[in-house]
Amino acid sequence: MYQIKKDRLPELFAAMAGAQDLFLPIRKADQTNYGLWTEEVQVDLDTLKTVKSGKDCFFPQSETLYSCKNEDGKLSIDPAKLTDEPFVVFGMRACDVQGLKVLDNVFLNDPVDSFYAARREHGTVVAIACHEPEETCFCKVFGIDAANPASDVAAWFVGEDLYWKALTEKGERLTESVKELFTDGDDTAVEEEKKQIQAIIEKLPYSHLDLSRFTPEKTMELFDSPLWEEMYQPCLACGTCTFVCPTCQCYDIKDFNTGSGVQRYRCWDSCMYSDFTMMAHGNMRTSQMQRFRQRFMHKLVYYPANNDGMFSCVGCGRCVSKCPASLNIVKVIKKLGGEA
Amino acid sequence: MERAKELLTDGTVVRVLGWKQGDLGYNPEPAYFNSPEELADFVYDGFCGANLSKYMIQAGKMERNTLVFLKPCDTYSFNQLIKEHRVNREKTYIIGVGCKGTLDIDKIKNAGIKGIESISQDGDMLKIQTIYGEKEFPFDDALLERCTVCKGKTHLVYDELIGAQEGEEAGPKGNRFEMVEKLEAMMPKERFAFWQNELSKCIRCNACRNACPACSCLKCVFDSNKFDSAQKANVDTFEEQMFHVIRAFHVAGRCTDCGECSRVCPQGIPLHLLNRKFIKDINEFYGPYQAGEDTDSRAPLTDYMFEDVEPSVVTERGGKH
Amino acid sequence: MGECTCGGNHKSDMLIPMIGVITDIRTETPDVKTFRVVGRDGKKLFEHMPGQCAMVSVPGVGEAMFSITSSPTNKEFQEFSIKRCGSLTDVLHGMNPGDEITVRGPYGNAFPVETALKGENLLFIAGGIGLAPLRSVINYVLDNRENYGTVEILYGSRSADDLVQLEEIQQVWCKTDGVDVYLTIDREQEGWDGHVGFVPSYLKEIGFTTDKKVLVCGPPIMIKFVLAGLTEMGFTKEQIYTTLELRMKCGIGKCGRCNIGSKYVCKDGPVFRFDEIDELPPEY
Repeated sequence: MYQIKKDRLPELFAAMAGAQDLFLPIRKADQTNYGLWTEEVQVDLDTLKTVKSGKDCFFPQSETLYSCKNEDGKLSIDPAKLTDEPFVVFGMRACDVQGLKVLDNVFLNDPVDSFYAARREHGTVVAIACHEPEETCFCKVFGIDAANPASDVAAWFVGEDLYWKALTEKGERLTESVKELFTDGDDTAVEEEKKQIQAIIEKLPYSHLDLSRFTPEKTMELFDSPLWEEMYQPCLACGTCTFVCPTCQCYDIKDFNTGSGVQRYRCWDSCMYSDFTMMAHGNMRTSQMQRFRQRFMHKLVYYPANNDGMFSCVGCGRCVSKCPASLNIVKVIKKLGGEA
Repeated sequence: MERAKELLTDGTVVRVLGWKQGDLGYNPEPAYFNSPEELADFVYDGFCGANLSKYMIQAGKMERNTLVFLKPCDTYSFNQLIKEHRVNREKTYIIGVGCKGTLDIDKIKNAGIKGIESISQDGDMLKIQTIYGEKEFPFDDALLERCTVCKGKTHLVYDELIGAQEGEEAGPKGNRFEMVEKLEAMMPKERFAFWQNELSKCIRCNACRNACPACSCLKCVFDSNKFDSAQKANVDTFEEQMFHVIRAFHVAGRCTDCGECSRVCPQGIPLHLLNRKFIKDINEFYGPYQAGEDTDSRAPLTDYMFEDVEPSVVTERGGKH
Repeated sequence: MGECTCGGNHKSDMLIPMIGVITDIRTETPDVKTFRVVGRDGKKLFEHMPGQCAMVSVPGVGEAMFSITSSPTNKEFQEFSIKRCGSLTDVLHGMNPGDEITVRGPYGNAFPVETALKGENLLFIAGGIGLAPLRSVINYVLDNRENYGTVEILYGSRSADDLVQLEEIQQVWCKTDGVDVYLTIDREQEGWDGHVGFVPSYLKEIGFTTDKKVLVCGPPIMIKFVLAGLTEMGFTKEQIYTTLELRMKCGIGKCGRCNIGSKYVCKDGPVFRFDEIDELPPEY
């Protein structure tokens, strides 16, 4: 365990950023999102949840896959360069880290998505324990411990100090590179902090949702529930929930004509959008009810069926605070019988 | 709510569109109630910000009549939709509900109030129970921006009123064009930086468009696969600006300034400023006009009059800075 | 989908395509053309199994999944029978031999020609462009004739002009021993002396015995009635295979749009047995 005074954090950031790109929560135009650290940015570690999750750093909202040129009828393809430089993501929370594991199951399973894999390989994550969890949080439901973020490095803010503990080899390497800024830390304060966090989490209104009903065997029963028809009604069919979600991984592949060639890029997509399943000859999900159902069935039933019961939700609560119509996965879970 | 029960029971309407109690004290959702029993969950408080006029576009296509609760400013949107033949007035029973202003939970949270369990009003103050103890927050400071420049407390279209007082003085009322004027006074470079900073946060979730009562197209041009600026992703920063600018142009002269776009934006982009710029320009060029104020006048942008400004006004103004 | 079969031809990722050269284009019907594709080196792009698909693209226009209609036993090239029905297929239909496209694949599972179907009597039922994926199996079976029992093919289309691969059907399939071909068109037409009527009703008229496995592909409505007909005739769902078509972008079970229940049609399908489909939410 190491320790550094909060007011020396700029030095820590500068040291890390000196050796590699450093991404962390940055306040810009009244909102906090992950961004690249420079001396000018306003780092914001007080906001519990960034608007977009840190998934951006590993699975960007849009990225070029390859460029294509057509010269006199001859095509040439130039694949985009994979990330080959190390980088650090500082400030993720336990839920966001679990979000990456959900994505890993998708992108790192055969056939491996090399764009994502390269970023995962080169990225080191420093996750911070949640000093003051909020009412929208329900990570506990998914077995996540916000007091013990399981990433490369776990960190805790206690009083005027940041405590730092490497948990993986990557984390050790990062720690080694900035060690001279740290002093040796004592576990006591951190243990106390952990207890406090866990006590608060117990009291959170969503901490005791019951997910036992959501099993693969119940697929058809849940799918056919008449409650979807009622639940989806306020849904405006925007993509807010999908785009702020740390586990949503659906993407689209599109072309951008640069004038001198074509960039084929992929970008986040949303199953809430009407054209998500649109084909030249028809659409298999014609109503918003069907699209709404797909999103939640995928998170609560389909994904777990393929991933040993791991849910594709980490309880970060971003959809809870961001949905324009105040719908969210918690309301769905409760409605379908998951009220504690 | 009692009145809604009566109207449901006597068959005047078959469904009620209102707001349903949420589970956090500040997250009620728009909801249809189909029976008097379901109305038990009905709620109306400062967090019922959603403008239900938007939902009436769909409800108008459903069978039989719908009862809808509209706040004063929501009625401007409803009127505008009548004008555009997007809602069915005959199939709508409107109860105008009084409004003391709608609240922005983010303003409360940004003040560092976390772990909210319940919120109640006590005079000018909001009493907020949190896991971290009881907190207070001034009601007026929690108002959504749109409510600080309230259009007034008068319902423009309704079948009956509940809790509303005709001609009641609007709440805090500032100059809604203040920020627009500030932006106009900026040097182009500075103004560009302002918008770039704001719009670079956009995640293209389309919440602004989907919540907007003026965005009533069955299929949006941004949903076309044949269009390079299709939804979902920004190829570059230029594009994210284009999405919002094109949208603002499309609702120009029809936007009632209901403020839903800014309310729903997950990134807190002050989108209403783009619309207000258009409103301000229209007012200056064609005389004061408030979209949604009536259902039969001709809109300034579709009406041609001898006194209309010449297109050259653009270049003339452009020369100012 | 098992071991990579492209022989290191793909670059760093399954999403990066190969360049394919169109060497031949046959006009099958007024709106279907069959494209023959090889790599720039004149060789086959990759090996595949019958029923598998590939992503074909014209950069700047789009990319879409098409079933490979040629048989794996063909060692020279791959063929795609493509119906003109959208922006990408419009452009493809306007292309000429020598033009280049991009191809990636093969994707998805295949008809179990080496396992569950081996040694069995086979009945193929296809409607319209639905013959495209089945043609790959039929030719595979005919090229490995000794491994299979009787082969019956029931194929129908809107009109005689809409029958795909008619030349091959008449010149090859009809002339192969132990192969019975039944053709039908929806409405009477001058110059057509064959059967007239929809595929499902013709199916019942012929009245096949149930000692066989059935492979069906065609428009959803035809599949629905064929399935009802087969069930009536005593076939079980375990005997019937089909191939689904959904919107796909990645082809490798990640982009999410062909997800039905816990399955991804591009990866777990497109070939499904009907009892498997029954377990899926009805969203195909």
